[in-house]
Amino acid sequence: MTQGKEPIIVFDHVVKEFRQRGAKKTMRAVDDVSLSIDEGDIFGIIGYSGAGKSTLVRMINALEQPTSGTVTVMGHDVSHMGEGRLRPVRQKIGMIFQQFNLFSQKTVAQNIAYPLKLDHWRKDYQDKRVLELLEFVGLSEHANKYPSQLSGGQKQRVGIARALATNPKILLADEATSALDPETTTEVLQLLERVNRQLGITIVLITHQMNVVQQIANRVAVMSAGRVVEQGDIYDVFAAPKQPVTKRFIATAMDGLPDPARIAVMREQWPGRLVTVVVRQRDIVDADGNVLVPASGQDISELIARHGISSGLLYGGIDTVQDIAIGAMTYEFTGDEARIDAFLDDLRRHSDIVDFGTKADPVDYDTAVERARIALGPDEATVTSTPALDDDLEMIEQNDDVVDMTPTTPRERKAARKERD
Amino acid sequence: MYTLASASAFAPAATLASRSDWSVLKPLLAQSVVQTLQMVLITIVIGGVLGLVLGVILYGTRPGNLFENRVVYRVLDILVNIVRPIPFIIFLAAMQPLTVKVVGTSIGTTAAIFPMCIMCTFATSRLVEQNLVPVDHGVIEAARAMGASKFTIIRTVLIPEALAPLILAYAFLFIGVLDMSAMAGYIGGGGLGNFAIAYGYQKFDQTVTWTAVIIMIVLVQVVQAIANAIAKRLLRR
Repeated sequence: MTQGKEPIIVFDHVVKEFRQRGAKKTMRAVDDVSLSIDEGDIFGIIGYSGAGKSTLVRMINALEQPTSGTVTVMGHDVSHMGEGRLRPVRQKIGMIFQQFNLFSQKTVAQNIAYPLKLDHWRKDYQDKRVLELLEFVGLSEHANKYPSQLSGGQKQRVGIARALATNPKILLADEATSALDPETTTEVLQLLERVNRQLGITIVLITHQMNVVQQIANRVAVMSAGRVVEQGDIYDVFAAPKQPVTKRFIATAMDGLPDPARIAVMREQWPGRLVTVVVRQRDIVDADGNVLVPASGQDISELIARHGISSGLLYGGIDTVQDIAIGAMTYEFTGDEARIDAFLDDLRRHSDIVDFGTKADPVDYDTAVERARIALGPDEATVTSTPALDDDLEMIEQNDDVVDMTPTTPRERKAARKERD
Repeated sequence: MYTLASASAFAPAATLASRSDWSVLKPLLAQSVVQTLQMVLITIVIGGVLGLVLGVILYGTRPGNLFENRVVYRVLDILVNIVRPIPFIIFLAAMQPLTVKVVGTSIGTTAAIFPMCIMCTFATSRLVEQNLVPVDHGVIEAARAMGASKFTIIRTVLIPEALAPLILAYAFLFIGVLDMSAMAGYIGGGGLGNFAIAYGYQKFDQTVTWTAVIIMIVLVQVVQAIANAIAKRLLRR
């Protein structure tokens, strides 16, 4: 997946501000973001709507220009380029959209041929390329249909074919699967994975769905209120999220940790010791090889056997992120309390566990989670404030009266340049 | 103005032997149809094209659009709003000095076509603007992302995407221009409107009036039917 480790997209202290007409205050959609995306990456950018991720990605192909900071794409500083000079750069950056954005009055084949026409391809080469692309996305028999005759998944595949037409190096996917059902989402994601593996195209994937990132990304950045609050290899972020917003996203993708209501229900049915064991198949290490978060739950079967505990598996979810298992399992352990305590002490040594106690001697849910201090799970107290902030920003971003603070007239550009120098 | 209009309306009528003498009226009616078609078609072509350009400028300079320019948009917007509500018969009179300068005369069919083109341009511009506004911004953004220039986007995305409603808008415009042409009689422009007034209304002959009305209705029906058929074929949504 990763051929080279050369950065192909670099954000350097990028700020993007919008000003609301009438109101004097400016709104920061992107707040001092520095980020580097390597060639061959499938880089997920996740955040709630209005977190600034869409604005951020639109600066890669200069649909938006930063208020300050620079965006370097394939060696070009696209943040200070005129529309004319941007054209060849844009032809090397494909883009697909949530609403597909296909030309409704053009057939599937004409849609795919459009970027080739812009690039002045010879007609017979155009036709050949269109057939090739149709085959790649599996829509050969739909060449002469109009977009309205296609399903959502087919439309997005046309969008992908169109975005790939001029052999781009980068593919930007702006909520590309958000309008699709889960099954179609998986199909489209598999296609994107093929685009990455077979064609070596770097993909930047914006989404608010954690499972999308989880399915295909190898690196992820989490955005909240215009800032990148967390980034890294996908497994590391998944297994050891630090920020509340990240934890919240991960909780939506994994249902291994039971919620309080489920614990209450289980406690009624199974009076024994309820324990949730976090599963992490490998250690999370930093660049120098230091273990940040160790593996967890790997020796549980062995320990159960050694301590002779009777156990029942009640609830859980294991998922694979980057082909490594991650999740949580909830057991009921029954038998002699002292032996269970000894067993749990042993288990704790190499695993993160949440001990909810027994029906007779229960441990309060919040206390149990807090005592366990595990990385996984939603953090309600801190999370509630973040979406509110984000919604506020989204409202302003969607308002027509928002004014782009980026200098656009020649005079403004000159002034901005002077200021920089 | 008054004397001229009266002269053109009454002079031929006075020579008629009797009312409803169709042997005399027929060639006059044929001439009126030709004059009407001449005025309407020339106006639709010239005003339609200029209106398309002005409409695209109005749309393009709107806040948030490709050529966003608040000043240009405001000025054009106000100009269109000033011109459009003027009743055409008054507009004809008000434009007279300019018509003399441009056309060389202020009476006759040609003299009627000039103010008709002006009014048609403004009317078209608003219709074009209104039919471009619903075009999905997403497809424009997609074209920009592919590196299309702004003019290319207008030509290859914006107008093709809005083509079906634009054709219906032009059919609507045809009716408006036909309406305008009926007033050309006041400046000696002739046409079906003048025919109906001069030989029907003023000679108390309902048959003549209704003959002109029915021809106009047929004209409108034919144009609307053609436009509907084209729009239906084009609409792929």
